[in-house]
Amino acid sequence: MSLRIEDITYVYDQGTAMAVNALNHISVEIPDGQFIGLVGHTGSGKSTFVQMLNGLLLPSSGHIYWDGQDIQADGFDRKRLRANVGLVFQYPEHQLFESDVLADVMFGPKNLELPAEECRKRAEEALMQVQLPKECWEMSPFDLSGGQKRRAAIAGVLAMHPRILILDEPTAGLDPRGRDEILEMVRRMKENLHMTIVLVSHSMDDVAEYTDRILVMNAGSILMDGTPEEVFARYEELEPIGLAAPQMVYIMQYLRGLGLPVNPNALTVEAGKEEILSHIADLNALTGKNFHAVGTGAVRTRKQPQGKTKAEGETVHA
Amino acid sequence: MPVKAMLQIKKLIHDYITRDDEGNVSGKIRALDDVSLEVKPGEFIAVLGHNGSGKSTLAKHLNALLFPSEGEVWVDGMETDDEDHLWDIRQEAGMIFQNPDNQIIGQVVEEDVGFGPENLGIPTKEIWERVDEALTTVGMQEFRHKSPNRLSGGQKQRVSIAGVIAMHPKCIIMDEPTAMLDPSGRREVIRAARALNEVEGITIILITHYMEEAIYADRIFVMDEGKVALQGTPHEVFSKVDTMKKLHLDVPEVTLLADELRKAGLDLPEGILTKEELAEALGLAKKKN
Repeated sequence: MSLRIEDITYVYDQGTAMAVNALNHISVEIPDGQFIGLVGHTGSGKSTFVQMLNGLLLPSSGHIYWDGQDIQADGFDRKRLRANVGLVFQYPEHQLFESDVLADVMFGPKNLELPAEECRKRAEEALMQVQLPKECWEMSPFDLSGGQKRRAAIAGVLAMHPRILILDEPTAGLDPRGRDEILEMVRRMKENLHMTIVLVSHSMDDVAEYTDRILVMNAGSILMDGTPEEVFARYEELEPIGLAAPQMVYIMQYLRGLGLPVNPNALTVEAGKEEILSHIADLNALTGKNFHAVGTGAVRTRKQPQGKTKAEGETVHA
Repeated sequence: MPVKAMLQIKKLIHDYITRDDEGNVSGKIRALDDVSLEVKPGEFIAVLGHNGSGKSTLAKHLNALLFPSEGEVWVDGMETDDEDHLWDIRQEAGMIFQNPDNQIIGQVVEEDVGFGPENLGIPTKEIWERVDEALTTVGMQEFRHKSPNRLSGGQKQRVSIAGVIAMHPKCIIMDEPTAMLDPSGRREVIRAARALNEVEGITIILITHYMEEAIYADRIFVMDEGKVALQGTPHEVFSKVDTMKKLHLDVPEVTLLADELRKAGLDLPEGILTKEELAEALGLAKKKN
């Protein structure tokens, strides 16, 4: 059930003096089961692009194929596409409206004209996935805490049983713990439900830690497409386009610049620690100090996703 | 003679009252619980804390958008409860909010920046001088004739800051000013905040969820359950890695890395905040050319 994007463009206000090219000839394939990070500075075209993926916006030119079928073809069921490709907008809690949480989550499946029983079942399953405790289900969505509201809103999309789940900055405005909780939840949902995830994020640390493929957008084009290691190895190209590498890359680069031969492509705290510990002998030789490591502490680990499909490392220049 | 405190909070309590449909009190939530603190003129303060810890409630007390349920809040020697000083306080303690789109009202950048001083009844000539100076301070002079709609998030937030500067405040309270910005926007705003503090001597209260932004502060207050749970210099606060995690917060990545290395047996000091400090602690000195 892959999504294939072929040479799409999108022009806002086409044919007027205000016409703006938001997407310039993008081609990309989104196969099953990947955890994709989509990054780019404000105005780079990310939001326009994700709205293309579920047919909320249709391309000005080019084609999008869902499961091999052109989504603009006559008779293509776009409603089904929107169920299959779930889009969680920024601050999704602003879209809650029903009288209680369960009813709100059931709204999506109801619109798919599923039997009431099935709608309820899906809603309950979705609420379990986002780990919203049962005592919240009968409450008004407006009485939930900020983090709970966001979970309820995500459950609403999950109840549509999407194959691809797109989350537009799901951690905006949350504290560090809240951010970790939401991202861990997304990772678990991906494993449990075998979904593809597209995570739109401004946090390079988060995409480095959670995703297995990163798309970098700039000026309506996809500038880079590769694994986090491949993309962040080119960190010097990211800065001019308003992005950055994870902080660990800068730390490693700095130590390397001072003569410690660490791999500058360590992206997480865990990887950075391993790099330094594996160069203790070099460090001691370099500094005349006598550092030595004993055992290891508990660390935040970067879990390798199972069945990881290595993305093509090539760069798409539009 | 001791220096007059820029901000002084004495035993501040704030309760949010919830009411039912008939307007009867149905509940009370204590958002701030006996907070006392003092900020000196020219200090750069960072306030950290998880969602719901009381940070924003505290911020709103500092320019009299909220009033104490109990206790006192003094801004530059004026009590916020004193109605006669309300407008003086709001002029002296400016506020920047999270969402730049909610704070910009002008059709053109320079008009937006001039809105505040205009409301103070300042003569037109001086308004333009202030607009000029404020836009220069945040590095937005070249955008003065542009529509705010066409700016990036970081630029919009700098326009909001210019609008506050044009009021000639002594203190600026920034409530998560970078939460909605991309990395370059975040850098722009933090750079502007630091420049205001260092060059203009304006007191800055920066509320943030990004630990990396707090390392520039003179002092950090960590809020939890309406109380100040931890305070001190960035070195003091971030050396308490485990406490910070218990408070649902993080420490900068380099601090975490140093902490992990220490747990692995390396003899490193606590509270390393920058890569330079880490390199120094590892004995890696900068090469002299």
